[in-house]
Amino acid sequence: MKKSSAKFRRGVSNTLVYALLATLGVLWVLPIVYLIYTAFRVTPTTGIINTLVPDNLRLGIGNFSRLFQETMFPKWLGNTIIVSVSSCVLTTLFILMVSYALSRLRFKLRKPIMNVLLVLGMFPGFMSMIAVYFILKAMGLTNSLLALVMVYSGSAALSYYICKGFFDTIPKAMEEAAILDGASQPIIFAKIILPLAKPIIVYTVLTSFIAPWCDFIFVNTIISDREKYTVSLGLYKMINAEKNSFNDNFTTFCAGAFVVGAIIVTLFMSMQRYYVEGVTSGAVKG
Amino acid sequence: MGERTEKTIKKRKGLPQTFYAFKDGTAYTRLSFPFMGFGQIARGQIAKGLLYMLTETAFILYIIFFGGKYIAHLFSGDLGRQLAGERWNEQLQIFEKVRGDNSFLILLYGVMSIVIALLFIWLWSLNVKGSYENDVRIRKGEQVKSFREDVRLLLNERFYAPLLALPFVGLLIFTVMPLVFMVLIAFTNYNYAHMPPGKLFDWVGFANFRTLFSLSGGTSGFAFVFLRVLVWTFVWAFFATFTNYFLGLIIAMLIHKKGIRIKMLWRTLFVIAIAIPQFVTLLLMQKILDGDGILNKLLGTNILWLTDSRHLSLLPRVMIILVNIWIGVPYTLLMCSGILMNIPVDYYEAAKIDGANSVRIFMHITLPYMLHITTPYLITQFVGNINNFNVIWLLTGGGPVDNLHYGGGTQAQSTDLLVTWLYRLTTDQNPKYNVASVIGIVIFVISAVLSLITFNRTSAAKNEGAFQ
Repeated sequence: MKKSSAKFRRGVSNTLVYALLATLGVLWVLPIVYLIYTAFRVTPTTGIINTLVPDNLRLGIGNFSRLFQETMFPKWLGNTIIVSVSSCVLTTLFILMVSYALSRLRFKLRKPIMNVLLVLGMFPGFMSMIAVYFILKAMGLTNSLLALVMVYSGSAALSYYICKGFFDTIPKAMEEAAILDGASQPIIFAKIILPLAKPIIVYTVLTSFIAPWCDFIFVNTIISDREKYTVSLGLYKMINAEKNSFNDNFTTFCAGAFVVGAIIVTLFMSMQRYYVEGVTSGAVKG
Repeated sequence: MGERTEKTIKKRKGLPQTFYAFKDGTAYTRLSFPFMGFGQIARGQIAKGLLYMLTETAFILYIIFFGGKYIAHLFSGDLGRQLAGERWNEQLQIFEKVRGDNSFLILLYGVMSIVIALLFIWLWSLNVKGSYENDVRIRKGEQVKSFREDVRLLLNERFYAPLLALPFVGLLIFTVMPLVFMVLIAFTNYNYAHMPPGKLFDWVGFANFRTLFSLSGGTSGFAFVFLRVLVWTFVWAFFATFTNYFLGLIIAMLIHKKGIRIKMLWRTLFVIAIAIPQFVTLLLMQKILDGDGILNKLLGTNILWLTDSRHLSLLPRVMIILVNIWIGVPYTLLMCSGILMNIPVDYYEAAKIDGANSVRIFMHITLPYMLHITTPYLITQFVGNINNFNVIWLLTGGGPVDNLHYGGGTQAQSTDLLVTWLYRLTTDQNPKYNVASVIGIVIFVISAVLSLITFNRTSAAKNEGAFQ
């Protein structure tokens, strides 16, 4: 008797939980559904109500063909891929190098360097943005994708923390055996530590790959040539450049956002396991 | 001379050590004071010596043709007086064009040249010490290090040097130099009234700090507005951090609850929101909540969700925090569910045997465990939210303007955080870079203190080698 009432109670509470989860889930999914729906909507007449609330339910890929044929989106997409691939390679290398040195090697300036890096990372990037712009100008690099790559990966060393946390957990015994065999440090780094660090490498690659897809502030300062925009700045300007841009371009904007979102989702889905492992291993250690 | 001096030298660090090397070293070492690489080349370390010589030549050329005049200008006490223009030349009876100074470039290139000079001094002291090390080796009857030995050292005991070199060059150019530059700006009067090359700016000492912190302006002066922005920055950071954290934790626990099926589906439902770049979501939300946006059209109301300045702009502030929940919760959910799965089951079983109900279990087991593990994460989030530019800028742009409390000259608006205020001060029609730099320094001090305290207190920093 008692048992069945407990079962009944759990049944009720589970129903409540399902209801709550479903409500919240809808709240979280609704904007995304709306975004996807708008991306596939048949382009309406302009005007705020018609733009946001559709008058019919027809679907098509008109927005996408407009996006790829009438805007510079393909060019921007290419730029973003170039920038994010190169900056992600550089950033990952830099982070791995710095974390390895700070975690596995012992030298006099190690602790001071760690504290200095931590403090340097606290300065708001915006504050130095104008100075960065003029330094790039002095190097003759403004308005180039190379400048973006340099800015995105230039301060990579500052985000060593998570990766170092991961390296800290790899047992010392692993490399001691190799040292006895006469292996040099580069060999240990490449052949022993890196293969073990796969989750954190994937995590670093993912986060540094995605950063350029989301930043529009730095691009806005460094790049003024429409040809050289990245997708984020391109999309941002698409609906914010002029007074009517929103009404004119909203559906195209959603199509662009859908493309970017799809790329990021694919990446995350294929690497999700590593990503979660990376987050939980390095970031949150008591 | 001899062993004892050698030992005293080893004890000294940095530049003093270099000068002891002069006292104790041979003529070769003394000659490498003015001529870098001399001590190396004379001992047969040709490659190393040539590199040192090349460095010295390059540096001297740099100082003569470029850096020297900027460094001299930095130390001359002003940032340029001569405006570009024309000057009457009495002898030739014509107007000559005069190349004017540019305070901005003087400061920028000055900082750059000083950084380069410091790097050079470091290399130079390495050169002297290297030569002295050769002296010592020869005195002991050993051979000087060969090039191959040097390389071997760099790949083993000193492997950190090649590893750190390139990342640190990047850091120097894109973080350290701009940073020093912007800190210096805080001590100048660089604003819309002093924009080079048309007008020049100059050092003003602590005047900007006084402007920002003196109460003379009353409720529309900088100090009062600064205090308001600061308070709101903290209120926002607090709510943004903890709403996300607890909601994420609660949803994670609901999904984690025994008997809930298809957990994977529920998690994905929330996590999928991460896929959309933040600026897209924020722009979308901004349009939805706009005065003539979809929400008002659907509700048939006329509520200014993001621009109502009544009650100290309470409504926009609340809306910002709500939208931020939508954006942030998926991340905390992802993290919390990862940790929840790792809480040892015996804790719960023991509690159940003791007859604890679920609220007690949450308060005494789950929450303490979570807080213990995620404190560093919480602090990082808090600092991150203090500097959360995107959410504020894309939703309200810092607005609405609230003339009663945010006086004209300060350019601050009611939902401005320190960062967005800083950004507006630098990108506005009438920029005030000097005040912006002071704000930047304030932000830095706040974030640095917060993070240094936590990072040095967490056990992660104390026993980093615990798992090795």
